[in-house]
Amino acid sequence: MADLRKTLFGPVFDNNPIALQILGICSALAVTTRLQTALVMSLAVIFVVACAGASVSLIRREIPESIRLIVQMTIIASLVIVVDQVIQAFLPEVSRQLSVFVGLIITNCIVLGRAEAFAMKNSVGQSFLDGIGNGLGYSLVLLLVATLRELFGSGSLFGVQVLSLAQAGGWYVSNGLMLLPPSAFFIIGLLIWALRGWKTEQVEERG
Amino acid sequence: MEHYLNIFIRAVFIENMALAFFLGMCTFLAVSKKVDTALGLGLAVIVVQTITVPVNNLIYRYLLREGGLSWAGLDKIDLTFLGLICYIGVIAAIVQILEMVLDKHVPRLYAALGIFLPLITVNCMILGGSLFMVERSYDFTESLVFGLGSGTGWALAITALAGIRTRLNYSNIPAGLRGLGATFIVAGLMSLAFMAFSGIQL
Repeated sequence: MADLRKTLFGPVFDNNPIALQILGICSALAVTTRLQTALVMSLAVIFVVACAGASVSLIRREIPESIRLIVQMTIIASLVIVVDQVIQAFLPEVSRQLSVFVGLIITNCIVLGRAEAFAMKNSVGQSFLDGIGNGLGYSLVLLLVATLRELFGSGSLFGVQVLSLAQAGGWYVSNGLMLLPPSAFFIIGLLIWALRGWKTEQVEERG
Repeated sequence: MEHYLNIFIRAVFIENMALAFFLGMCTFLAVSKKVDTALGLGLAVIVVQTITVPVNNLIYRYLLREGGLSWAGLDKIDLTFLGLICYIGVIAAIVQILEMVLDKHVPRLYAALGIFLPLITVNCMILGGSLFMVERSYDFTESLVFGLGSGTGWALAITALAGIRTRLNYSNIPAGLRGLGATFIVAGLMSLAFMAFSGIQL
């Protein structure tokens, strides 16, 4: 039981894919200007990582060593196509905002990294949980960044106005920088600082 | 001509793949510790990107899009949903072919690029280039220019970041910010600097 919990929650704080393993940052930043897109993206990634882990683990004894990357990529790409089609069908608005970034889940290193490093060696159930755990770790960072950016950038959460903007006669002057790409870098940098201030064993040696 | 130059400049500076769209971030942050490795990776990316984007453009226009198969007498077929799996297959295949060709004919370049070539398959910047090409419906020449430009922009960004990071080694950074944290902040500042290019139109 303790093992399972470790598999599930380890990646959330102790071994966060974004803050520690430098995986999957590519898409993490681009979709975080609004909370809604970040949430859809998180769910998509959790689904793909968990299912890809389980499927790869299911056939891990049948995959020939030399072509394993291609097999893994095919599984992942098929899953992403399913997700992409579902989002396009039911959330066309969000799909337009996410633009190419749903497709880019294929090359999100978290997915391939977990398939290669964990699912090839562990049972189906464990790989599935590991996938969910890593997906959660990714989502946590994504949602945090999106909350900060949307709240301070446009004064709203999920599109609902929380802080009344000065343009509309309220008191809050929105911070335009938050909606621009650089702010994502700054926020993640500061988040990593905060995380490492709390869990000091993650601090890097001087290079 | 001016139109193509415009696409090139936009891809290199204004819509820089790494700093404006956050593509290829994993390698961007992980392989930017030394300038020469960063430069090698950058060159490999330019080569692969310049080949894959136009090839995927042909595949999209003559096989996948609705009506694309009309040369074979199949007018109504729309295969765009197969796009993702095709592009990634093409990218993996081209990287593999390029590796074999370089190994046989230009062994010096092959040795210089080393492990970076296979890594490029999973660089989201390469797939991202192809997806943007589809989204913006570039034609063949435009996609060639876009491939070259976006690759160059990425190479420029990673080389610059590597240069800054070698200097960072000498500075006294708070413990928690050392390494990854500081790199993020530096990348943010670079991205801020690149935003000065926005609005340039030729």
